[in-house]
Amino acid sequence: MLRIFDKIRRVGIVTERAPRDIELEALGKQVKRHIDGRFSGSLAIRVVDAGSCNGCELEIHALNNPYYDVERFGVHFVASPRHADALLVTGPVSRHMEAALKRTYAATPSPKWVIACGDCACDGGEFGVSYASCGAVENVIPVDVVIPGCPPAPRNLLRGLLAAMAG
Amino acid sequence: MTAGVNRFDWLSEFLARCEDEMIRVRGSSVRALAPAHLLHLDVEDWGRTAAVAKELDCRWCALWAEQLDAETLQVNACLSREGDYFVLRAAVPLATPVLPSHTPVYPAANRPERHAQDLFGLVFSDHPDHRRWIRHQAWAEDHYPLRHDFPARPEGVGETPPDSGYPFFQAQGSGVYEIPVGPVHAGIIEPGHFRFQAVGETVLNLEERLGYVHKGIEKIAEGRMPEALARLAGRVSGDTTVAHAWAACQAMERAAGVDVPSRALAIRAVLAERERIANHLGDIGAICNDVGFAFVQMQCSRLREDWQRGNQFVFGHRLLMDRVVPGGVWRDLTPQCAKLLLTENARLRSELDELLSILDDHPSLEDRLLGTGVLPAETARTLGAVGYLAKASGIDLDLRRDHGYAPYDRLTVDSPCLQAGDVAARLQVRAAEIRHSLELLEHLLKRPPVGPVQAGWRTPAAGAEGLGLVEGWRGEIITHVRFGDDGRIARFFPRDPSWLNWPILEQLIHGNIVPDFPVCNKSVNGSYSGQDL
Ligand code: SF4
Repeated sequence: MLRIFDKIRRVGIVTERAPRDIELEALGKQVKRHIDGRFSGSLAIRVVDAGSCNGCELEIHALNNPYYDVERFGVHFVASPRHADALLVTGPVSRHMEAALKRTYAATPSPKWVIACGDCACDGGEFGVSYASCGAVENVIPVDVVIPGCPPAPRNLLRGLLAAMAG
Repeated sequence: MTAGVNRFDWLSEFLARCEDEMIRVRGSSVRALAPAHLLHLDVEDWGRTAAVAKELDCRWCALWAEQLDAETLQVNACLSREGDYFVLRAAVPLATPVLPSHTPVYPAANRPERHAQDLFGLVFSDHPDHRRWIRHQAWAEDHYPLRHDFPARPEGVGETPPDSGYPFFQAQGSGVYEIPVGPVHAGIIEPGHFRFQAVGETVLNLEERLGYVHKGIEKIAEGRMPEALARLAGRVSGDTTVAHAWAACQAMERAAGVDVPSRALAIRAVLAERERIANHLGDIGAICNDVGFAFVQMQCSRLREDWQRGNQFVFGHRLLMDRVVPGGVWRDLTPQCAKLLLTENARLRSELDELLSILDDHPSLEDRLLGTGVLPAETARTLGAVGYLAKASGIDLDLRRDHGYAPYDRLTVDSPCLQAGDVAARLQVRAAEIRHSLELLEHLLKRPPVGPVQAGWRTPAAGAEGLGLVEGWRGEIITHVRFGDDGRIARFFPRDPSWLNWPILEQLIHGNIVPDFPVCNKSVNGSYSGQDL
């Protein structure tokens, strides 16, 4: 048991060794300032994959890794739209997800924002509009902010959040 | 077995048995879909041929259809034995598109046949389950999107209602209750629906309902030029962008007779192994996180981030999208970059050694992962498991070794194979694969072939077709491409490994407790997008 604790203690230090990222810290501080001002310190985001290729999800996940650790800036990913201030929607909206996305939007308490994440969500991306796809998120629910990229890198996601709050 | 030795030495026996069964093989070709053999059958022999293949322990891999002309559909099934692939093909009249099913013999054919049923209107007469699969409510029951007369972008499509009337299986009995989950899940994951029947905490039955992220990939591929198809293929499943783009390019290159320079193939393998490592890192972390061991999740996601930053720096994209292009790769790798990647390799190796020894040394983790979500070898074989799911259940299957496509044909691929078949084994297979990929990367980066990284494109004749066979990080990928006029794509069918592995999750969850579903699911980690297309 002691061996395990010892290893955890030693490896635990590795996280702190991660290089300090000045730009990221600055970006994060701005995000935090806005969240403190407008959301009493916490912005709750519900992610909805409305038809993505799953690339966007990987980068949203990365926001939780120790480099970005968005929770320290007050950004939380929540399990229910009822707890959410904002919906972060990925993918073109597949027709099979159209109803589920509308229901999720309806279940989110007002005032609410919708952030379209990734090229597909912004304009349909590689998939566009077809018999199976409604294309951009704004074709289905109102969108407040767009974050382009295929997929947007975590840093761009943070910038997008900032733009959303500043706007 | 060793690549390239005794290829198809079992085929004569297969053909002899077909003859015994009075199955007429109408014609065969070793070239049309090389390296796979193509066998033409009469439609009435379709089911019996599968039975013969089963007797010879062939593995069922894929099914796809295509419309040839106004009167004819063509059905293809791909099977494999000892790293050899063969494709059965039969023409079916559009007016009466009825044929026997492979499902009674090969359960793996269940969903692929229903996919073809919904998109082409094929009727698999003795299929045990005629319910729709990929169709929800976006198009009418008597409309078939992959037929030529169905437009890719129909006019005046109204709002699509939810698919509330799907006839799920029912379980009854005292104390049995149902838990519906999804399509929108609590975490940051893709949408799908799971219907559990449980007694107390124990799962009696799980039924998956997928198809929510169906984006019409097969239809919108039609008419694309090769570069545009490679881009689309790279988005069949974003986490598998390299392997899917490679499989699609390989299929197109085979159809067009384009020889990819060996340096480009080596760089493709570098990209594919890096993709494997990134995903396995993510999965190991997520599996540990699902049993409350967040420490490993944090470490793995940190290592994965380092890796993705390396991708960005050297290849210009964090997930490596659009780096594999028809005829080669997007750009050459400089010696400085190769050196940098080698340094990164060494760093990851030492970090991993430290981290994995902690995993081994953590009995409470073992307690949660050992014996959880067991997939017995027999079930895995019957249902046709591929990738780490197969390797953790005693099925030694790896295209890089068994099918030896370049550049793996000149490398030693040392694929792990364990027997326990539980979540712990699936985690160990991933860890072993990371280690082995690091070795492969070392070989590839230290001694890369010299030369160009792009071959000139040759427009293939209308009707030319090719089969791509690539081992992605989830397992075997099979992609069929056919060209039409002007060098444009007439048909694209990518078979993600998830097609085969998703149904197996329904089996390995039996008898486990509901709270262990997330960790079991993560240990299989099927792609929703890859199967929904
Ligand atoms: S924007 Fe790119 S990464 Fe995101 S869902 Fe679309 S294709 Fe995938």
